Amino acid sequence: MISHLPVLQVIVPLMAAPLCLLLRRAQLVWLFALLASSLAFLISILLLQQVMTSGVISYELGGWEAPWGIEYRIDKLNAFLLLIITAISTVVLIAAQTSIEKEIPKEKHTLFYILYLLSLTGMLGIVSTGDAFNVFVFLEISSLSAYALIALGNDRRALWASYQYLIMGTIGATFILIGIGLMYQMTGTLNMEDLSQRLPQVAQTRTVFTAFVFVIVGVCLKLALFPLHLWLPNAYAYAPSIVTVFFAATATKVAIYLLIRFTFTVFGLSFSFTTLPLQGLFLTLGLAGIFVASSAAIYQKNVKHIFAYSSIAQVGYIIVGISTSTVMGLTATLLHLFNHALMKSAIFLALGAVVYRLGTIQLSSFHGLGRQMPLTMAAVTIGGLSLIGVPLTVGFVSKWYLLIALIEKGWWLVAILILLGSLLAVVYVWRIVEAAYFKEPLAGSMPVKEAPMLFLIPIWTLIIANIYFGLDTRLSVQVAQSAAQGLFGVSP
Amino acid sequence: MIIGLFNDWVVVVLMMIGLYIVIAHGNLIKKLVGLSIFQTSVYIFYISMAKVEGGSAPILAESIKQFSNPLPHVLILTAIVVGIATTALGLALVVRIKEAYGSVEEEDIQHLDNQTQTESPKKVLEGDQA
Repeated sequence: MISHLPVLQVIVPLMAAPLCLLLRRAQLVWLFALLASSLAFLISILLLQQVMTSGVISYELGGWEAPWGIEYRIDKLNAFLLLIITAISTVVLIAAQTSIEKEIPKEKHTLFYILYLLSLTGMLGIVSTGDAFNVFVFLEISSLSAYALIALGNDRRALWASYQYLIMGTIGATFILIGIGLMYQMTGTLNMEDLSQRLPQVAQTRTVFTAFVFVIVGVCLKLALFPLHLWLPNAYAYAPSIVTVFFAATATKVAIYLLIRFTFTVFGLSFSFTTLPLQGLFLTLGLAGIFVASSAAIYQKNVKHIFAYSSIAQVGYIIVGISTSTVMGLTATLLHLFNHALMKSAIFLALGAVVYRLGTIQLSSFHGLGRQMPLTMAAVTIGGLSLIGVPLTVGFVSKWYLLIALIEKGWWLVAILILLGSLLAVVYVWRIVEAAYFKEPLAGSMPVKEAPMLFLIPIWTLIIANIYFGLDTRLSVQVAQSAAQGLFGVSP
Repeated sequence: MIIGLFNDWVVVVLMMIGLYIVIAHGNLIKKLVGLSIFQTSVYIFYISMAKVEGGSAPILAESIKQFSNPLPHVLILTAIVVGIATTALGLALVVRIKEAYGSVEEEDIQHLDNQTQTESPKKVLEGDQA
């Protein structure tokens, strides 16, 4: 049983998805999906433990030996990502039933959970697999279910957002497919480990350059790197609240994992950063993303739009971390993956609670909410502080590591720009705090009650995690650091 | 050069035609057609890459000495399935968009969206005709 954990990680949600159809009753399906996700969470904890003690786990699917068959390969980076995805998915599912009762027609509830589990399967599959083509297949499983989930939003703009995401996402995935094909043409292998050994021999050919460019552009489309982010704000803003929470916390993280995997493992550090000018490119686009997206966030009227733009800005920080191409920078990147998942899921879940009570998410309807929904708005505020990077929250830890990495590298100017970028975050978070605490409720608006318990429990679990991992950084830093060292081939 | 890479030229031309349609056309159905052409060019790329000159299908028989590489062919079967799913989902979305907006032209939809944004923050339910 233990030796089959890598494949069970993916199989459990995959098998659970069609079984949902048999249960029919929405409440039952919800509990069942929660059970499946919790099981996946348990498996990811076991996997992380196993990897931390005994190193890389390699699992041969169907018993076919590695370069020929599909290999599932779990190292510290994969295990870390698996833990983030399953943890967030499980916590979010607790609030799912309450939230979708208001937002999705009853007959579609079962379908919602099926799509959710399939999307989870896709993400877990992308992270677990060690086979380049398998990545494409899982990417499409998660993306196709994502398009359908976003289209479930009850605003007609959700349909349009979903369609745009479908076009952009498919172009991105097809680019990745072309890149994989070109790599296969040059090396005759699809296994990532095998590719990383064979690619250096043919590294100076135009085909490999082209393959690299196709893969990187495709992945960057998926992770919404500025200026390829256009699909993201509307997709997040008009999707059902639960879907927004889940995707904001996990979907871009998975794409960033792919970027790290391809640049560091498959193509190799020296090819990505020395032969090709990836460093300057990532640094420029990352910084531009931080400033453009944060400034755009300030002018939004829809609160979900504000935080969707802020997600694009956070991707900017993550990319700047990668562009340093040092162990320290990569540690900061991985930490920020974890921390950003924690804060964004808490914030978007709290916004979901607001939608549950108010039915709208415009900034003007937040007036006076601080008194009417104190626990929910306190969560938004603490999440916002974490986003800015205030000490005692997780946001501070990752920004701190990023600054150290930049200063180690001697990039003082970039470090200052990063701090300036955080100031922009202060502005957009303040706008929400001001509306909620310092404005009187609009005349004629109905008084609202605090969010139901099934919302408050997951929201505050995430908020407490935000503070806990901001104080006690041993676990997250240790895992992130050793995962980064693993990618650089430094033995810990 | 040109004749030796004939299949690659076909792939690139098809790819550019597909991408151009996706970018340049405002009609949502035409965009999906473009997307399909774009994906098809990649299928051809994989299939032609695996073809060995004079090789037959990979069957174990005494008369067959040389055969094409079956792996990319199998891979692309999966990609074709994915492509069908994408097109089907895209078309389904277009049907819903037509119901909700009354149009399948990008310009009209963006125009209607701008109107709802300036009018009122009230929720627009699906199926509404503007």
